[in-house]
Amino acid sequence: MGQDVEISGVSMRFGEFYAARDINVHIQAGEFFSFLGPSGCGKTTLLRLVSGFMDPSEGQIKIGGKDMRGIGSNNRPTAMIFQNLALFPLMTVEENIGFGLEVRHLPKAKRQKKVEGLIELVDLYGTGDRMISELSGGQKQRVAIARALAVNPAVLLLDEPLSALDLRLRNHMRAELRNIQRRTDVTFIYITHDQTEALTMSDRVGVMSIGKLEQVAKPDIIYNTPKTAFVASFVGESNIIQGDIIGIDGDYAVLKTVCGSFLCKNPQQLETGETATIFIRPETIFLAKEPHEDNLLTCRTKTISFEGAYAVVTLTTEQGQIFTMRLNNDGSVPRIEEGENIKVRFNRENAFLLKNGGTPIA
Amino acid sequence: MRNFWNTALRDLGKVGVAYILITVGVWLVFMILIPQLIMFDYSLRPMLPLREIGGPKDIWTLKNYMVFFSNRLHMAIFFKTIWSSLIVTLTALALCYPIAFYLAKVARGAKVGLLMLGLIIPYWINELLRLFAWQIILADMGILNQSLIFLGIIADPINFRMGNGAVILGMTYAYILFMVFPIYNVMESLDRNQLDAARDLGASWLRIHYKIVMPHAKPGIAVGCTMTFMLAAGTVAAPQLLGSPSSFWFTQVINTNFECANWNLGAAYATVLMLLCVIFMFIMLKIFKVGLKELTQ
Repeated sequence: MGQDVEISGVSMRFGEFYAARDINVHIQAGEFFSFLGPSGCGKTTLLRLVSGFMDPSEGQIKIGGKDMRGIGSNNRPTAMIFQNLALFPLMTVEENIGFGLEVRHLPKAKRQKKVEGLIELVDLYGTGDRMISELSGGQKQRVAIARALAVNPAVLLLDEPLSALDLRLRNHMRAELRNIQRRTDVTFIYITHDQTEALTMSDRVGVMSIGKLEQVAKPDIIYNTPKTAFVASFVGESNIIQGDIIGIDGDYAVLKTVCGSFLCKNPQQLETGETATIFIRPETIFLAKEPHEDNLLTCRTKTISFEGAYAVVTLTTEQGQIFTMRLNNDGSVPRIEEGENIKVRFNRENAFLLKNGGTPIA
Repeated sequence: MRNFWNTALRDLGKVGVAYILITVGVWLVFMILIPQLIMFDYSLRPMLPLREIGGPKDIWTLKNYMVFFSNRLHMAIFFKTIWSSLIVTLTALALCYPIAFYLAKVARGAKVGLLMLGLIIPYWINELLRLFAWQIILADMGILNQSLIFLGIIADPINFRMGNGAVILGMTYAYILFMVFPIYNVMESLDRNQLDAARDLGASWLRIHYKIVMPHAKPGIAVGCTMTFMLAAGTVAAPQLLGSPSSFWFTQVINTNFECANWNLGAAYATVLMLLCVIFMFIMLKIFKVGLKELTQ
């Protein structure tokens, strides 16, 4: 059974450098929780703190309500799956999976039974006496999962374990991992820089920038209502325009930009006079039907890339601002050509005004 | 094979291939094969006055070997040499395994360089001088005895150079590098994550070393032990300078044979020692289940 992990006020300092700063999050028992962030954001550090390879400089980590300070990784109810898997190359599949059980002095017969059960759980039937080097990438992955699950961890820590696999296998293993998590009811803490991975598998996602936890929420909430410019730009693609706030209207604000003034959501409650950035997802920009709607942009289509189910259109405004729009191929959109002048718009619900920061669309 | 030659010819050219073949050939034939064969040939011939060499009495015989196997004292010295060399090897292994592990997996950055330098610096000094230094340290009124007396631990100086203790100490010191480097080399290639993974799965440090580090380091340990054993069994300087006059080593016996101008007997004794070292190497390979090929990695 899974246990909850309570991370409160955790900071990790290496000399002057903070790898993690004041992290607060309560991961529920049996939850699939992902930390999502670019490389160097401190997510691996956080995982190593939970697994017990080091103790935080400040703050507290509780697993199942018990303070973990001073308890080594060999005595925590956690098991980790390493990015490079770290399987033992001089042992067979069975010996790898049984390692944690042997360490716990489980009698041989019981160990054998448990290992067989795990081999079945991760679908590795018939590979028990093979050496690690004889396995395929996906099989190695499964051995790593089985080896970690063998010790009955309350919390399974996964450090980008799928990053070495090719796309098809990765998609398959995602579903598999999610499946195993549901069946075993173990708390999964998953580290990744791949947003699709985080969004598709997780119950909740914590987005991290340089050492900081920016937002913790369900995947759809992270995507639809990012709380900071970093989250908005890191998760999914966004069009951005910078400008100054010239008016407030309840939960909305008006931003004056080079392309005109726009009415957008103001989740950070910024005030008049502040500079801010609008984030608009490509799929929330539409062709304008009426000529006098608000949040209207006049553009010229630059390139149209047809992807089948949808087309990605890049647009330039008269001022040289570049936008990306994603049009669904559902028959409702009139045909447009490259170099055409068109008017597009977006709903105020779908545009977010956030404090500057964040990187433009790649 | 044909492919190999074609690739070599294309990459190195005729001159390059010829250069490599000649250098390897010269080394193999003139520096290894011929000297060993000459020694073996010597060991099979009786010692004769100069004018009788090549004469009717100059025939191959096992007489020199019989001399060795019938000389109880020399046999005893031979076994003592094996025994002492084993002690040197094991002591060096016990010392060097943690050093190599620390260097390869614990220390980082500039620390590794400094420690390496620390290990190498003594080797900038000639081996004989290092042994003389030990002589001074271990002398009756040497620094060690004086310190112990000063600290009140002993009343009278200990004669460290009685027996084989000083020789074993001096040899262990002299051959540490030959043990550290092979082990360090293989440990270097061990993925640190494997240590973390084993730890994470609940293994104690002892078990991690027994199950993960040692199996990985096996080829290095085999090489280190073989080299240290051969050097210890084959050196004449350490027993000469640090040993007591009453305790002879096998190399000293060989040396004496040559000094007494009985080169044939000396060659026979040297062949026996060489055989011992070869046998030891194969035993090591067997114990550590390492192939000759892996030794070179």
